[in-house]
Amino acid sequence: MTETLTGAQITIRLLERQGIRTVAGIPGGAILPIYDALGQSTAIHHVLARHEQGAGFMAQGMARATGQPAVCLASSGPGATNLLTAIADAKLDSIPLVAITGQVPKAMIGTDAFQEVDTYGLSIPITKHNFLVSSAEELLSVIPRAFEIAASGRPGPVLVDIPKDVQTQAIEIGEWPEPGCALRAPAADSALIEEATAMINAAERPILYLGGGVVHSGAAESALELAQKAGLPTVMTLMALGTMPVDHPLSLGMLGMHGARYTNLALDECDLLIAVGARFDDRATGKVAAFCPQAKIIHIDIDPAELDKIKTAHIGITADVQEALSQMLPAVSANERKIWGERITALKAEFPFEMPDAENPRSHFGLIRTVAACLDNEATITTDVGQHQMWVSQAYPLRRPRQWLTSGGLGTMGFGVPAAIGAALAEPQRTVVCFTGDGSILMNIQELVTAAEENVNIKIVLIDNATLGLVHQQQTLFYGERLFASQFKSSPDFIKIAQGFGIAAIDLDLTPNPCAALMEAIARPGPCLIHASIDAEQKVYPMVPPGAANRDMIGA
Amino acid sequence: MNAITKNEQNALARAVLEIDVNNHPGVMSHVVGLFSRRAYNVEGILCLPVGDGSQSRIWLMLIEDQRLPQMMKQVEKLEDVIALRRHTADHAVFQDLESFFRP
Repeated sequence: MTETLTGAQITIRLLERQGIRTVAGIPGGAILPIYDALGQSTAIHHVLARHEQGAGFMAQGMARATGQPAVCLASSGPGATNLLTAIADAKLDSIPLVAITGQVPKAMIGTDAFQEVDTYGLSIPITKHNFLVSSAEELLSVIPRAFEIAASGRPGPVLVDIPKDVQTQAIEIGEWPEPGCALRAPAADSALIEEATAMINAAERPILYLGGGVVHSGAAESALELAQKAGLPTVMTLMALGTMPVDHPLSLGMLGMHGARYTNLALDECDLLIAVGARFDDRATGKVAAFCPQAKIIHIDIDPAELDKIKTAHIGITADVQEALSQMLPAVSANERKIWGERITALKAEFPFEMPDAENPRSHFGLIRTVAACLDNEATITTDVGQHQMWVSQAYPLRRPRQWLTSGGLGTMGFGVPAAIGAALAEPQRTVVCFTGDGSILMNIQELVTAAEENVNIKIVLIDNATLGLVHQQQTLFYGERLFASQFKSSPDFIKIAQGFGIAAIDLDLTPNPCAALMEAIARPGPCLIHASIDAEQKVYPMVPPGAANRDMIGA
Repeated sequence: MNAITKNEQNALARAVLEIDVNNHPGVMSHVVGLFSRRAYNVEGILCLPVGDGSQSRIWLMLIEDQRLPQMMKQVEKLEDVIALRRHTADHAVFQDLESFFRP
């Protein structure tokens, strides 16, 4: 039996068939046919963001929390350009996203029509792939393909630009295409796996280096097993935090610019680095020539272009890391590596990570630890970007993959609140905590009203130092203390702002017992903003100065 | 980078890439965009449809530098790229074109 449907109806039906149940977006002229069809859908809940970037980050929050592609919608012109930052962010962190934008009718493309912009051209360098759809028939292949591309191999964002006349074009549909799913990656080369395993067995001072690919591939358990069996001290990138519980005896925590001294010094001494789903980002490696100078390198990544990009690997393996690790596990010999383990213990004792004032809930570390004490591992943590993000990455006891949602590669201020809303929409059973700063929160503050409207269970912990903290820190340390444009001369009343947007708010500065107030605010369902002032002179330490080797850390 | 003289350019090693792609508007932007955003100049471009026109073949002439292997991997990652082959600079494809490029 055939039915006659418009391009807009086909698009919505294909999203339903993909299993999409929540989308975030903002309507506008060029996407109204799709919104008209979406309004008729009983399967899909539409979340009305207040800025398209917010919609993009809500979709990211859903995708990061679940690992499944998520969808955001925007109209043409400014709607599409407002989405771009969220799409670029998804590209750098390899997040599966399908962005659907309206476009002016085909006949008007290239005429500088009202709200016309070259969305296709603008999105080429920040998407994994993009489409400009030229007919309603094409939607039947493009939409499933968009999901397939977003989810396959190294995940990433896909943009589908749909002209308005394609949305209104009616065609007869006889048969629906299969939903697009992740394709299996080609199998790992077993000879290389064997060689890599032999190299691990022969190493005296190996370190396992886990990146975000371990999260995407669902390989955290295998990575943990490998580390335990082969006695591998393990470092994680910012994106991989949570893949090995931070308090695991083999965990060395986060490496790089704001890693602990013992972590970076251990890397300096290792004779074998096993990089799994990591891309040797400059914040992780510091000066590349001085990164793990004594080490041979095994590099496993699903994206062949990552191998030998920054560091030449002795063994480079293109594979899904979960598959590669499970192949390696039986062949790797059990080894306690007592001598190396003792050396690591000594490094930890000699160069410990300091958390000054962690007992005081009015200090930055104390606040983070107190919030953690109110929660269990089921909670999801999002952050914005800045000092607070680095302190949380250092101090929060992350123990679960996909517990930690942060903007790593692009480092986008404004990520935290909408990503938290998305995570809470995708997994309403969890408490979602967003750590943010007074600089970051203002970049997507409008989404507080979306949080109120959706009544999501998010707790926004606003760490307020009335500065752009990382800028302030760099100006203090590297620009002769010439503070410029990094201190806010006026700050809004965040409590009133939150209340004005319709969400509960508490000010820890004014409560006599901050621990009890935090506990109560976190336990109460629904959105809440928790404001806490901290000292603007606090720095993120230790720190590798930009361009320096990781061993040359300053502070603490 | 582009200010080097013709003689200097000839002294540099060149490479020719042969790229089979899906033929649709935008595919050329995808390919050359990879080069332009890395400030890697493309010295020569040739492109024509192949067979029934559903595919095209793009020929690129490049000055070889240490970024070329990474560039080739990035090109191969594009969804619309079906195959990539590398040739040496003496490949015939660009050789008979000089008469069209006299100043």
